[in-house]
Amino acid sequence: MASTFAFAEARGGALRKVAFEAVSTARRAADASGGGEAHALLLGPPGISTLAEQLGRYGADRVSVVEHPALEHYSPEVFAATAAAQLRAGNYRAGFFSASAQGRDLAPRAAAALGVGLAADIIAFELDEPALIARHPAYIGKAIASLRLEGSPALVSLRPGALAAAEAPRAARVEHAPPALDPAAARVVVTKVVARGAAKLDLGEAPVIVSGGRGLKGAEHFRLVEELAAAFGNAAVGATRAVTDDGWRPATDQIGQTGRLVSPQLYVAVGISGAIQHLAGMRTAKVIVAINKDRDAPIMKLADYAIVGDLFEIVPRLTEAVKQARAEG
Amino acid sequence: MKIAVCIKRVPDTEVRFAIGTDRKSIDPTGLKFDLSDFDGYAIEVALRLKEQQGGGEVVALSLGPDGTQEILRKALSMGIDRAVHLQADAIPFDALSIARALVPELEGQGFELILFGRNATDTGNACVGPMTAELLGMPCVTAVSHLELSEARGIAQRELEGVTETVSFPLPAVLTIDEGIARPRLPSLKGIMAAKKKPIDVRPAQLGEIRLSVQTLELPPERAGGRIVGEGPEAVPELVRLLRDEAKVL
Amino acid sequence: MAFSGVDFYQLDTLLSEEERAVRDTVRAWVDDQLMPLIADCYIEGRFPKELIPGLAELGVLGANLPEEYGCAGLNNVAYGLIMQELERGDSGIRSFASVQGALVMYPIHAFGSDQQKTHWLPRLAAGKEIGCFGLTEPDYGSNPGGMITTAKETRDGWALNGTKMWITNGSQASVAVIWAKTGALDDVSSIRGFIVPTSSKGYSAKDQKGKLSLRASDTSEIHLDNVQLPRDALLPKSGGIKSPLSCLTQARYGIAWGAIGAAMACYEEAVGYAKTRVMFAKPIGATQIQQVRLAEMLTEITKAQCLTLQLGRLKDAKTMTPQQVSLAKRNNVTIACDIAREARRLLGANGILVEYHSMRHLANLESVYTYEGTHDMHSLILGEEITGLSAY
Repeated sequence: MASTFAFAEARGGALRKVAFEAVSTARRAADASGGGEAHALLLGPPGISTLAEQLGRYGADRVSVVEHPALEHYSPEVFAATAAAQLRAGNYRAGFFSASAQGRDLAPRAAAALGVGLAADIIAFELDEPALIARHPAYIGKAIASLRLEGSPALVSLRPGALAAAEAPRAARVEHAPPALDPAAARVVVTKVVARGAAKLDLGEAPVIVSGGRGLKGAEHFRLVEELAAAFGNAAVGATRAVTDDGWRPATDQIGQTGRLVSPQLYVAVGISGAIQHLAGMRTAKVIVAINKDRDAPIMKLADYAIVGDLFEIVPRLTEAVKQARAEG
Repeated sequence: MKIAVCIKRVPDTEVRFAIGTDRKSIDPTGLKFDLSDFDGYAIEVALRLKEQQGGGEVVALSLGPDGTQEILRKALSMGIDRAVHLQADAIPFDALSIARALVPELEGQGFELILFGRNATDTGNACVGPMTAELLGMPCVTAVSHLELSEARGIAQRELEGVTETVSFPLPAVLTIDEGIARPRLPSLKGIMAAKKKPIDVRPAQLGEIRLSVQTLELPPERAGGRIVGEGPEAVPELVRLLRDEAKVL
Repeated sequence: MAFSGVDFYQLDTLLSEEERAVRDTVRAWVDDQLMPLIADCYIEGRFPKELIPGLAELGVLGANLPEEYGCAGLNNVAYGLIMQELERGDSGIRSFASVQGALVMYPIHAFGSDQQKTHWLPRLAAGKEIGCFGLTEPDYGSNPGGMITTAKETRDGWALNGTKMWITNGSQASVAVIWAKTGALDDVSSIRGFIVPTSSKGYSAKDQKGKLSLRASDTSEIHLDNVQLPRDALLPKSGGIKSPLSCLTQARYGIAWGAIGAAMACYEEAVGYAKTRVMFAKPIGATQIQQVRLAEMLTEITKAQCLTLQLGRLKDAKTMTPQQVSLAKRNNVTIACDIAREARRLLGANGILVEYHSMRHLANLESVYTYEGTHDMHSLILGEEITGLSAY
């Protein structure tokens, strides 16, 4: 029986999907160890404590809330010091972060501050006492490493989307705590956060990603991809490196070894041949659909479902069919 | 300005990739090694800062087996002034042990910036940079995609999920560098010749306790992919049916 | 995907660390800078001169000449590897570098005065001046000694008259090294070299139109109509047909390496295609006919690599003979032509498209087969070496 810790990531006054994944994972790990408590840590500006109840729904027994006016944005030093202090105080078996951009910044600092090991960017794990065994995609997705992590707390950062959040509702105890480092003493300060593109789903959050490649033949034809994404209602738009290199889409849309690594429920590859560096970024998607004129393209071998043919004919038809299927519920 | 760049030698797995007979490392047969992609960007940032400021020293550090000197030589041929090779039989997977070995090389040396690549392309951990910063007690910004320095402060930008974050930090600092910030230069032929005459200090790496190790390495599970639903727009209704009824993602 | 080379016999282990580094940096440059442009340049029939500053900055131009003249001071194996990598991209860009380095900078270095060397070499190395080499004439190709271009001594210097043909870089050059007879037309020993700024009055160049080969290269015809040159335009240490021929040995040495590059490009393309192109429900690489093709290609590339690396070591030891260069040029260009043709055939209909590289290389290599001593001339040079009897 062991207690676990989860860092709950919030942005702009709302919890991110990865927060539920971390809490849910902590819950499961605690249950698997014979029923300890799962504790969550939430930092943010005053009022953030109203989000704690949501974490209870995903299985947090206790939520430590650190509210401070200076925590409107991420503060690496305050967050790391506070996470480390909580982990130190709690005698946890394991601590879960997300391998989101913020988590990739935060988790290694917390691990170094505690002097414990961190298994980063994990897609599965189990406790095999006295160690934690974690599965980590290495060599740009060409291999899966099973990592043996010794010591407590074992820190783990979870690849977004790899371990789904599941509800395990309970009324979480909310405890207020001060930051472990006075935000006024922080040296690194986030001065501005600007959203790119209005209210679009982020690639790391979206359950569905529709991506386009060179097969679209021009920036103007990305409309087809955007319309299909809109039909799904919960999709983000991605692109290959060739496309972002050509300036058809912003570099931040790139999925692949040198871009974003994603694991959505559904990945639709439109006019993408499947260069190895692209596959590295999306091969952990749960379901892959490919639409390509070339039956022999590498993406077709990877796809769960593929349609061979002219994307300019197929994609509009698919957009309509998806709209209809969703309307039917 | 004195800058350190910490770089890693990684296998080039683009061409050849196989799991070794020990089932925990990759098959070294015919394998080529190179500088990890993002580390090239870190070197480029360091060289440009030195050029802009018209002086200073840029030192490259790398931990690993003997072959590590080849990537240090490459860094020197790009224009790095000198190099330090921290000798180890192999590069441990445990980022914290690497960070601990780097600390004595970086502490008290007067470095105003310590740069890393955002992550190594083999392990993909993205941990050594921020861990080193934490151990050194230095401010740190990760995944920097844009950088401006004034007197004793810097302004960095990070491209995160859907947002661009602007971060202000004091020097000295540790930064991990994202790709795209400045295209790494190729070593010039004169640079390659000059690198032969630049010093590489070799010292044994003082790796700390190892708590994270690779137990097994395996190929990802074969996807039962390759199912062609059909050809042309006529196949769309069947695809939608499968997505709804079989895959249950619609 | 980046080019990864062909090294079946682990010849990399015979290269020094800096030789490999030189090769890798030029290889990466070709991938980054040349490959995205080359298909369009070839179709448009244009030399990518926007790449010259980058080539110069890399240190490719005259890379085996000494550092004191702003050059990289590489050995000849490293120089050969540069030529190999450039020609992996396109014979046109390798031709440009060969002419600048081996046919312009080399003669200035070998036959020039100190003043000529310190004036011209750093500028040529930096790509600030572009050079061309005028030896071949419309009626004197394989027999350059028969040239009828003359240089007459005047009160202030020299007056040049004649026509030079098949001149790589001719139209874009700012300076030409022109070979002319200073004595009687039957006096081969009176051949001397001259440094001729192309802005000189009476100098004109026009593009050779209608090329079906080396389309991404500038090839011109040069007219010299009473071009007046100062006394110090003469390369003082040049003398006799031996001088220009020694330049050709340098260039030919680079061609021997370059041809391997073109062959490797075609082989790699063929292998990639054979493994992925499915016909009759299996990759065509699983058929015997394509496997034989690929085995032949790899064998010939490997043999050429072995002999050329040794040629380079001999050149660095200063024991290389022109006849050894003839053998390598003759062999390597022939096998490269064969490999390019077989690769193109393996690629089926796709092989005629510019998106694939083999047919471009094939067309280029027909020029390479012909220039810098035709294949047949090198046969006769070897024949003479073997028997002691000249057949030409």
